[in-house]
Amino acid sequence: MNWLTNYVRPKLQALVAPKEVPDNLWHKCPSCGHMIFHRDLDKALRVCQHCGHHMRLPVKRRLEMLFDDGAYTRIELPKAVEDPLKFRDQKRYTDRLKETRARTGEHDAIIVAHGKMGGMGVVVAAFNFDFQGGSMGMAVGEGLVAAAELAVLQDAPLIAIPASGGARMQEGILSLMQMARTTVAVDRVKEKRLPYIVLLSDPTTGGVSASFAMLGDVAIAEPGAVIGFAGARVIESTIREKLPDGFQKAEYLLDKGMIDMVVHRRELRATLVRVISLLRNRAPAGELLVLPREMNPEDAARSV
Amino acid sequence: MHILDFEKPIAELEGKIEELRHLGDGGDVNIADEVGRLQVKVDKLLRATYAKLTPWQKTQVARHPERPHSLDTIKALIEEFTPLAGDRCFGEDRAIVGGLGRFRGRSVMVIGNEKGSDTESRVTHNFGMAKPEGYRKARRLMEMADHFGIPVVTLIDTAGAYPGVDAEARGQAEAIARSIEAGLNLRVPFVAVVIGEGGSGGAIALAAANAVLMLEHAIYSVISPEGCASILWRTGDAAKDAAEALKLTAQDLQRLGIIDVVVPEPLGGAHRNLDLAMRNLGDALEAALKGLEGLDGGVLRARRREKFLEMGRQGLA
Repeated sequence: MNWLTNYVRPKLQALVAPKEVPDNLWHKCPSCGHMIFHRDLDKALRVCQHCGHHMRLPVKRRLEMLFDDGAYTRIELPKAVEDPLKFRDQKRYTDRLKETRARTGEHDAIIVAHGKMGGMGVVVAAFNFDFQGGSMGMAVGEGLVAAAELAVLQDAPLIAIPASGGARMQEGILSLMQMARTTVAVDRVKEKRLPYIVLLSDPTTGGVSASFAMLGDVAIAEPGAVIGFAGARVIESTIREKLPDGFQKAEYLLDKGMIDMVVHRRELRATLVRVISLLRNRAPAGELLVLPREMNPEDAARSV
Repeated sequence: MHILDFEKPIAELEGKIEELRHLGDGGDVNIADEVGRLQVKVDKLLRATYAKLTPWQKTQVARHPERPHSLDTIKALIEEFTPLAGDRCFGEDRAIVGGLGRFRGRSVMVIGNEKGSDTESRVTHNFGMAKPEGYRKARRLMEMADHFGIPVVTLIDTAGAYPGVDAEARGQAEAIARSIEAGLNLRVPFVAVVIGEGGSGGAIALAAANAVLMLEHAIYSVISPEGCASILWRTGDAAKDAAEALKLTAQDLQRLGIIDVVVPEPLGGAHRNLDLAMRNLGDALEAALKGLEGLDGGVLRARRREKFLEMGRQGLA
């Protein structure tokens, strides 16, 4: 300690030290590189105002955006058997689960909620990509089964919103079995002639895409969402050539006839309400189809 | 015969027997004795090795190039086999073979992944990796069987669905999903047999059955040990560890309640004695079908669906 460290250094530190401003106030659009203020980004539902790139939307924000007045009721899911294989790679699966639960405050990668959409009762099963990549194990299967049962019970449509890399490897064959299990679950909804709508968000791949996610009566995807069975890297290393532009993107699937529509995030709610009310042959829910305030006049003119 | 690395000591002894047999053409008694002695040793060693195969060794046996594949199985067990082709939509995918035939007297619809058995046939069958048209053909044949009240038998032997641009463009995920759905909805007996490799979505597409049988040294998994290792261990070298962790052997899967019957294989694996392997499989298949025949279509469907709906709920702890 001398006068230099005591006296000069604090001033220098003030110059180079990180500012008191949280570093997440500005977001860089991964597509066009524009910096977007966090509040603006949130207001725009995490869609870049400059290029229209749809960033991943946290699952709770998505539920808020879809239900009337952002109000919904979550249902508690039956507990699934935990770590049936006593799986251990470089870490124990139970430790991984513990960490993810502590970080996310969620029990697993799915949320099941019910509420009103355009005044109509609906059940939503939405994946939480932040929870181990939204991977599907027994708990997620349980969530879809519960959601389907609730939809049948409430005579309500089921909306599934996958955001998942695929099966939960740490649950081995039991995660594979969830493909058959979720297929039975959504078929039960379909048998009751209740609409089963899938809203494919980024990403929907692997065992999730090859089961309930591709079985919707109507399949809606968000712009740019990656949707496919095999991962792009696996395909590239198998065929040893570059993949075509836009491969496995929502627009590509639309073009190939695999989905019904690609819908901008801010129009999703209105689209869902319209599709469901048409399928159920209900009168339009007049005032509930009002366009959101943020919509610019050009888009409004186009969508009317 | 193709020798797996852990079979080398056995192969050496067998080589010696072969040499002695050549020498012994003159009828030398001592040589015949020696051959007999060595044969006992070989059997002992085979028994010891195969009694405690590790999951990774089983993976190698399940992929053994001379292991009986679907067409071999069909040839051995199905009479009047009448192949049917095409998805009526895009094309004929030879990675999945299928058709009508007679199994011990009754008509059946057989559908199986075919890997091929030499370079030319492997290419023809795309190494057993099906594209959407393969799964759509499978679905068509399942629905045809349903229409005519014919039991469905599937033979599972694939590394997985084909990962390619064309397969994705034509809706690989959707084709698999619809194939699972079609199987679950059948109102006829449906028995699946994992005869070699049950690889992920490409396998479950044909395996949502009333009864799932598995050959003793077959494997069935959500991902290949190599794939799992490269993702979770970040190196393909950990495939052995991944094979352990995934619980992909017939014995483990029976314990977990995922499969119903383990079909015993001849000593040293199905490829060492095709006749015996096929007799065992035929008997197990017949027993499984007999247990389902006579049940009402609605009951068959409901039970199958209940079974898969329960997977993850109970009895697994």
